[in-house]
Amino acid sequence: MPELGRAALLVTLGLSLYALVAGATAAHLGRRRLARSAQNALVASFATTAVAAVVLLAALLRNDFSFTYVARSTSEALPTAYTISAFWGGQEGSLLLWLLVLTGFGAAAVSLNRSWARDLIVWVVPVFAAVSTFFAFLVVVVASPFASQAAPADGAGMTPSLQNPYMLAHPPLLYLGYVGLTVPFAFAIGALLSRKLDERWLIATRRWTLFAWAALGIGQLLGSHWAYVEVGWGGYYAWDPVENAALMPWLAATAFLHSVMIQEKRGMLRVWNVLLVILAFSLSLFGTFLTRSGVVNSIHSFTQSSIGPWFLAFIAVVVAVSLGLVLSRLPQLRSPTKLESAISREAAFLYNNLLLLALCLAILWGVVYPMLSEAVRGEAIVLGRSYYDFFLRAFGLPLLLLMGIGPLVAWRRASLASLATTFRWPTGVAVVTGVLLLLLGAGSSIPGLVAYTFAAFVLATIVMEFARGTRARKALGAASWPSAFGSLISRNRRRYGGYVVHAAIVMLAIGVAGSSAFDSVAEAKLARGDSLRIGDYTLVYRSLDERASANATEIRATLDVRRGDRELGTVEAGKNAYTIEDQVSNEVGIRSDKLTGEDLFVIAEQIDPDGSIYFRVFVKPLVNLIWLAGLVFLVGSLITLWPDRREQRRLVARASEVGIPATR
Amino acid sequence: MTLALVLAAALAVACVVAVALPFIREPEPESDELDDLDDAERHRLALLEERDRALAALKELEFEHRTGTVSDEDYRAQLGPLRRDVASALQALSRDQEEGRPDDARN
Repeated sequence: MPELGRAALLVTLGLSLYALVAGATAAHLGRRRLARSAQNALVASFATTAVAAVVLLAALLRNDFSFTYVARSTSEALPTAYTISAFWGGQEGSLLLWLLVLTGFGAAAVSLNRSWARDLIVWVVPVFAAVSTFFAFLVVVVASPFASQAAPADGAGMTPSLQNPYMLAHPPLLYLGYVGLTVPFAFAIGALLSRKLDERWLIATRRWTLFAWAALGIGQLLGSHWAYVEVGWGGYYAWDPVENAALMPWLAATAFLHSVMIQEKRGMLRVWNVLLVILAFSLSLFGTFLTRSGVVNSIHSFTQSSIGPWFLAFIAVVVAVSLGLVLSRLPQLRSPTKLESAISREAAFLYNNLLLLALCLAILWGVVYPMLSEAVRGEAIVLGRSYYDFFLRAFGLPLLLLMGIGPLVAWRRASLASLATTFRWPTGVAVVTGVLLLLLGAGSSIPGLVAYTFAAFVLATIVMEFARGTRARKALGAASWPSAFGSLISRNRRRYGGYVVHAAIVMLAIGVAGSSAFDSVAEAKLARGDSLRIGDYTLVYRSLDERASANATEIRATLDVRRGDRELGTVEAGKNAYTIEDQVSNEVGIRSDKLTGEDLFVIAEQIDPDGSIYFRVFVKPLVNLIWLAGLVFLVGSLITLWPDRREQRRLVARASEVGIPATR
Repeated sequence: MTLALVLAAALAVACVVAVALPFIREPEPESDELDDLDDAERHRLALLEERDRALAALKELEFEHRTGTVSDEDYRAQLGPLRRDVASALQALSRDQEEGRPDDARN
């Protein structure tokens, strides 16, 4: 029943528009019932969007090809899991998911904070509603998932590369991240509009920002693993515009999560923080625009559509209005305190922010340059890998080092003598590591060697922080070492969860440096029985088989793998031929060494009729640390996200002292 | 088609009720003014934030000195200013409370 879906989205549009107009009027005129009515409209818009989502999901599961979207994205033979993932596999469905998450987050953020920060929420509602109106307009007028047609006998099927388990989690996580950044944006703009620029907008949005940032981070790592195992070119990150689209808001949000600490601890960087929130949200819109407009050529961009101009216009309005508002509120945003010393934690966090922002803007320039050159010269000039690698080294390596320095420098000011004492051990560990690696031959890549040395430094500082903190907790009366360790983390989840996240970033850096700076590649055309050598691996091509799966014909070459004199078993690589989609995909063979984290990566590039195959084989040292980093990142994020009762009690006490209701 | 339209109509009606609920519940309220913070309350909130910030900074300095992250020299240099920040935040709060009392009494 596409009519129900269409009607539900039309009601969502009406509710969003009402929440925008009524909310803004109520906030401006100070009308209590109207404000409450606008809040109810925002919450109701989530319910109506959920109804639309259920209608689309039911149509997908029933293979109801009278829905144009279902016919275009699925087929009878498509496995059920991928039929579900088709919800966000196409443009209209993914825009509906955006709207669903947006209205859900809006309803939750407003409901959770409307007692505690009700004077602020009154202004937050119309901001949320403005964003939601835009997306509701898109799915009602421009790209409806409920367009209908005479049902064909079967659907067109799904792009083969999307038929991968990672597609069940990677896009929704990215959307949670993109949309999640609307919450800090709405509260920041609400605070600017209402001139209530106290700490409450930061407190109300801290966990939402962390959640969005963590979802974006995990989503990107899952996407990288998808590219690694599915796209079949031998890498995991290609600086593709759509990949960059997710990285840019994550970098901006990372900068914000660090600089917000300076505002909380020292009352500084108020303008900067608001600007970072605006930047992160604008980049999340830009990311969605890149993915969905078809404006760039990308392995991730599956559509050509007409939504581009709408998105660009909306982004322009968001940026112009937000910046205008910041300019008009500059006097109230002025910080009462100043940076006391260039050697202090706040200064280190500021350097970190500048580097993150510089990296983000360098990537943004790389993304928009082809579009600009096409518009100006009529020819799209793409900035290649070397451009991005240069800036990753120029800004990424100092960032890595700062990750170890920042947390160990005192707030306000630190003396050089105390820095020398504090960093004695980490520097020693880094120097020894660097020299050892140089002796072992890692000098073939200087950036790789520097990355490893800095990584050792940061890891040493993290271990030192945990060890010192646990010892201090024990001295303060913890019953045992484990309870001292537990109490250390539970008393300051943000700090120690942050260290766990830093450890994940270090693992990521080691994995990226190992797999990109010290990898090796070999190519050869092999007939059955032929062998290929790469490093100390020997691969022997044994057989070629063909088998049928639910919706594809799978062709697989089996190769025996030997390392030195040791038989390691076999690895399979080949291709899948998808009948309905009329497409062929590379299916790579990967053999992981669990002990060293190294991968042997086999691609069957070309299979000839006589059974001979052109193979490309990579050895990627330490690449599995990247995926392990994802797990550590998740643990660290969960620690920082976990509710802190002490902080809650403190906030409730503070609120009750002013007479604000203490319930949240 | 008919069922879809009936469901859509029911959804629209439910939404209208939800939106109108504040007006249905309170058709003639004593006051329809938003319960906003006044300037004095906002000022007090800022002072409380300043007090909490100063206390947290002092507590963090103590812990970081205990762990060894902050050296004795830096600790001694920072302890005085931080204590002064706490004292001035507490004084500002008590001044604000005293200045606010006549108003409280009137209310």
